[in-house]
Amino acid sequence: MNYTFHWLPAFRALPDMLWGALVTLEIAVLSMLLGVAFAILLALAAASPYRALRAAAASWIELARNTPALFQIYMAYFGLGSLGIHLDSFVALLAGITFNNAGYLAETFRGGLRAVPPTQVRAARSLGMGQVQAFRLVVMPQMFRIVFYPLTNQMVWAILMTSLGVIVGLNNDLTGVTQDLNVRSFRTFEYFALAAVIYYLLAKFVTLSARLMAWRLFRY
Amino acid sequence: MSIEIQDVHKSFGSLEVVKGVTMTVEKGEVVSVIGGSGSGKSTLLMCINGLEPINAGRILVDGTNVHGRGTDLNKLRRKIGIVFQQWNAFPHLTVLENVMLAPRKVLGKSKAEAEAIAVDKLARVGLSEKLKVYPSKLSGGQQQRMAIARALAMSPDYMLFDEVTSALDPQLVGEVLDTMRSLSAEGMTMIVVTHEIAFAREVSDRVAFFHKGKIHEIGPPAQVIGNPQKPETIDFLKSVL
Repeated sequence: MNYTFHWLPAFRALPDMLWGALVTLEIAVLSMLLGVAFAILLALAAASPYRALRAAAASWIELARNTPALFQIYMAYFGLGSLGIHLDSFVALLAGITFNNAGYLAETFRGGLRAVPPTQVRAARSLGMGQVQAFRLVVMPQMFRIVFYPLTNQMVWAILMTSLGVIVGLNNDLTGVTQDLNVRSFRTFEYFALAAVIYYLLAKFVTLSARLMAWRLFRY
Repeated sequence: MSIEIQDVHKSFGSLEVVKGVTMTVEKGEVVSVIGGSGSGKSTLLMCINGLEPINAGRILVDGTNVHGRGTDLNKLRRKIGIVFQQWNAFPHLTVLENVMLAPRKVLGKSKAEAEAIAVDKLARVGLSEKLKVYPSKLSGGQQQRMAIARALAMSPDYMLFDEVTSALDPQLVGEVLDTMRSLSAEGMTMIVVTHEIAFAREVSDRVAFFHKGKIHEIGPPAQVIGNPQKPETIDFLKSVL
């Protein structure tokens, strides 16, 4: 082995990489917020009496869960591009990850909803609560606990998926910044090792804060 | 002031479980409903507060047609408390919060008012020590007493009990029956679906014997339990006593 490690340039680039990490986090958070919103709609559509709605929801969920996330992002950028719809890199990546998140989370929510026994609704209704009230006050809080950890996992997954933005030309997220530094210096190992540590810390930060939140929220 | 059940029929799909039941429960009365499993007793209770639709006949609560077109069931249910076999505690709320929830959100009471009501009702069922505890930390009997307090917190005019001791360990049955006994002593109107024949005999003004979706005998306990006339009643009592 005749490779000499040069860590100093990598550490000098740390501030730039941290700014990139902020963009990474931004995309992940946005894709989760949008993902949750679409997932709720998908879960409702999947349970709706309209066949077309059910079919649309099912296709979304099936595609999102059974094709590579990379392809989903690629399609949002180049696929739509060839149809004349040109999204910029940031939006295409966000759309791709949101699509993926929504597919997985829709299944999570559907499972969570099923895990709350219907007798809970019955008990709530028997106390004079309306359907919406029973859902909001009795079903939702219990469902939230059930989906909390899967939601956390999806958030970690979303952070890691943002690295795929590099294939659609995103250059200001953590991977984009790292790749730029790499092509200018060819210190591939050093830059990517440092980036990996930052990804690792972001993921750990999410998991640990989720655990702390769960401990505060779920006392039962 | 009464619950009037008039020739009620109820089917699940092609299976008719209630086949023309007529019975009136007057304010202040305690009526026990006894009978074998699958005789339609519990289903009838669910129909009384509109949790289940009916196929024919009608049920009037204080003159309001439960299954009528314009009936506001949410409003009607405020005056009909029900306690289920599976106690259905809300697991994400403490004992106190379980009981406070409906007074706050349904009756619109302030937090302080709802808490005062809940503390009072929980004291009645002997759970004053458990206010801040989550239901998972309670025994079955305690959860069932909490469910009774939760129903009472709405100040209902009627209380329906659906085999409330059936899912309990034998040593926990007594504490729940004691609570119901004290309620009846205070003049609460109650319909009690139960397998506890001795209890039915002791607290009821009248006992109704259900068999295959119909009332076969109804009358004072001394008559229906003490001196049954129909062969079905005699057979049933022989099997449970």
